[in-house]
Amino acid sequence: MINYIYLTVLLPLVGFLINGIFGKKIKNEKLTGIIGSSAVGLSFIIVLISFFQTLALPVEERSHTVELFTWINAGGLNIKVAYLVDQLSLVMALIVTGVGFLIHVYSIGYMHGDKSFWRFFAYLNLFIFAMMNLILSDNFVLLFLGWEGVGLCSYLLIGFWYDRKFEKGTTSQAAKKAFVVNRIGDFGFLLGMFLIFLTFDSLNFHEVFTKAELFPISEKVYGFIALFLFIGAAGKSAQIPLFVWLPDAMAGPTPVSALIHAATMVTAGVYMVARCSILFASAPAILTVIAVIGLLTAFFAATIGLVQNDIKKVLAYSTVSQLGYMFLALGVGAFSAGIFHLMTHAFFKALLFLGAGSVIHAMHDRQDIQQYGGLKKYMPKTFITFFIAALAISGFPGLSGFFSKDEILWYAYSHGSVLMWITGVATALMTAFYMFRLVFLTFYGKERFSHDVHPHESPSVMTVPLMILAVLSVIGGYIGIPVIFSGEGGNHFEHWLAPIFSSAERRLENYGAHSHFEELLLMFISVAAALGSIYFAYYVYTRRPGIAVTVSGKFKGLYKTLVNKYYVDEVYESVIVQPIQKVSERFLWKFADNKIIDGAVNGSAYIIEKLGEVIRLFQNGFTQFYALIMMLGIAIALFWIILSL
Amino acid sequence: MNNVPIEYYLILSAFMFAVGTAGVLIRRNAIVVFMCIELMLNSANLTLVAFSSYLGLAAGQVFVFFVMTVAAAEAAVGLAIIIAIFRNKSTVNIDEIHIFKW
Repeated sequence: MINYIYLTVLLPLVGFLINGIFGKKIKNEKLTGIIGSSAVGLSFIIVLISFFQTLALPVEERSHTVELFTWINAGGLNIKVAYLVDQLSLVMALIVTGVGFLIHVYSIGYMHGDKSFWRFFAYLNLFIFAMMNLILSDNFVLLFLGWEGVGLCSYLLIGFWYDRKFEKGTTSQAAKKAFVVNRIGDFGFLLGMFLIFLTFDSLNFHEVFTKAELFPISEKVYGFIALFLFIGAAGKSAQIPLFVWLPDAMAGPTPVSALIHAATMVTAGVYMVARCSILFASAPAILTVIAVIGLLTAFFAATIGLVQNDIKKVLAYSTVSQLGYMFLALGVGAFSAGIFHLMTHAFFKALLFLGAGSVIHAMHDRQDIQQYGGLKKYMPKTFITFFIAALAISGFPGLSGFFSKDEILWYAYSHGSVLMWITGVATALMTAFYMFRLVFLTFYGKERFSHDVHPHESPSVMTVPLMILAVLSVIGGYIGIPVIFSGEGGNHFEHWLAPIFSSAERRLENYGAHSHFEELLLMFISVAAALGSIYFAYYVYTRRPGIAVTVSGKFKGLYKTLVNKYYVDEVYESVIVQPIQKVSERFLWKFADNKIIDGAVNGSAYIIEKLGEVIRLFQNGFTQFYALIMMLGIAIALFWIILSL
Repeated sequence: MNNVPIEYYLILSAFMFAVGTAGVLIRRNAIVVFMCIELMLNSANLTLVAFSSYLGLAAGQVFVFFVMTVAAAEAAVGLAIIIAIFRNKSTVNIDEIHIFKW
């Protein structure tokens, strides 16, 4: 089945073409939904079979390349359309097709009755096609194709309801913002790719990584390569300073937020850094930068998440924050921990978004959690699954988030510093708080919505995916139980990914050993912090609802700063957007374009016209005048010749 | 023939050419202008023949035949044009036929 892996890329493309071309004529939501979902479902089955086949192989033989055809062949540049099936890409492919399939099914219910139902499924399938190219590619160029493809789909889907208002603008403005900010990252990624080709004479993963492992190259070159690639990753994965697009991406339909802006696309940056681990491991300075940026992103996004009132906004900032965790893991050299968190996060964050979608659906598109309350009894299935996901993300012991997050925190402590660990735990604490603030404000307490809203449980086409994801959120962590609980070699996930990261880990210096007691102690502290803050949220938002208002009133300045997201958007607006607009308008448009370029064009026409006005006087129609001129010409020519003799 | 100096031929030819040029520039009657052009052509022919004889080369005389052929063709076409113009405008005064202008 491994040799047929290209089908997993092709099937979504076929689904996209069918729905995209004939969707308008099909006029049957069920059929459109089935085509879209089955394309991804079949892909998932193929990936699953390939996964088990790979699992049965000995470790050395687990990496396969499936070549399709030569794409670009120019000089020394040879790019093939080839898919790399190895441990890392299989994990990613399982997440993308698996979670993707569930979200496709969910969308059949969520998008029911939308006027462009078919367009939605066409875009979703196109997204899966691009995403599969991204993760299965065996070279940078095909990866970049997928990278741009998912960006395009993200743009199309954020602006899916192009006629709707979103906050102060329209959804298309949010879509444009996402696209433009991503372009900045893509620019960095492109530069990184050029530098890689310049250094290694190849863009094929295997060749580049082998050369990087064998040949000594100056750390400076590695530093720039890693930095440029990280800029790309920061754009796609919403890290400081390029995170501003992700919260606005919530303008799209909720399944899109779940699939693209939580589970899959935004993790592309994490995947790319993990894939190029050897390049990053060769530039320790940049690795530290990544860890710090990841940590700062995690921390600041969590603080913003504390006070947001839009249910999707809270989840969006939570996503930014969790992505920060993943980069923290990558930055301290714990690549498999980063990918592990990527996987568990895909489960519970997709679940949270889909749960939020279910709530929004029930509340007739109202997203303000201050207008929810007491929904527990109306939608029990949504409540239970949402609650499980909230526990998982908070790191409740035994759930998936506990294993992955504590692994990252442990690595932050053992490979990073105590300060990193403290900030990480503070973030975890806030995560637990804002998630349960969301839970308590939405599902508990008094009903604060108006009487004309009649909340109801969503149809089973929506709740069944929720339940499957809830199960995954619970058990997903058990494939990566830390060594202290499972004994040597008990962390199956790390063991599975080890061959991918072995060369990078060899390059990073060895870290001092830490005792298991320390690990247990730290784990205990972070769990206690999470549980404490869950209780605190419970106390504040159900027992004494007045506290929140009093506190926010007391710390008005801080509260306003947080509600306004540290004014980052405003700062970008006045520091970057406005100056660019001003320069574009006053200099580039009104001066350079109007005066210089238009001036040159119009000026040459003007000169010709004036010249013509003089010259045409000679054209008087009198034959003999022409003859005279001719004679004079000849006479002058003769004089000339005679004089020059 | 040989004792007539070459200068005589050249002076005569220059005179004929000057008369022809003056006629082309001054006269208004298209047919006269046309005849003047022929005069200029023939003055050139005379020069060619004179030099041909003076230098003892046949090339000049061959040239003259070409010029005469072209002049004949030109006369045919030119007169046809003048007749056509006369039919349209009832005049062959070239000052009245200045239609090619801005």
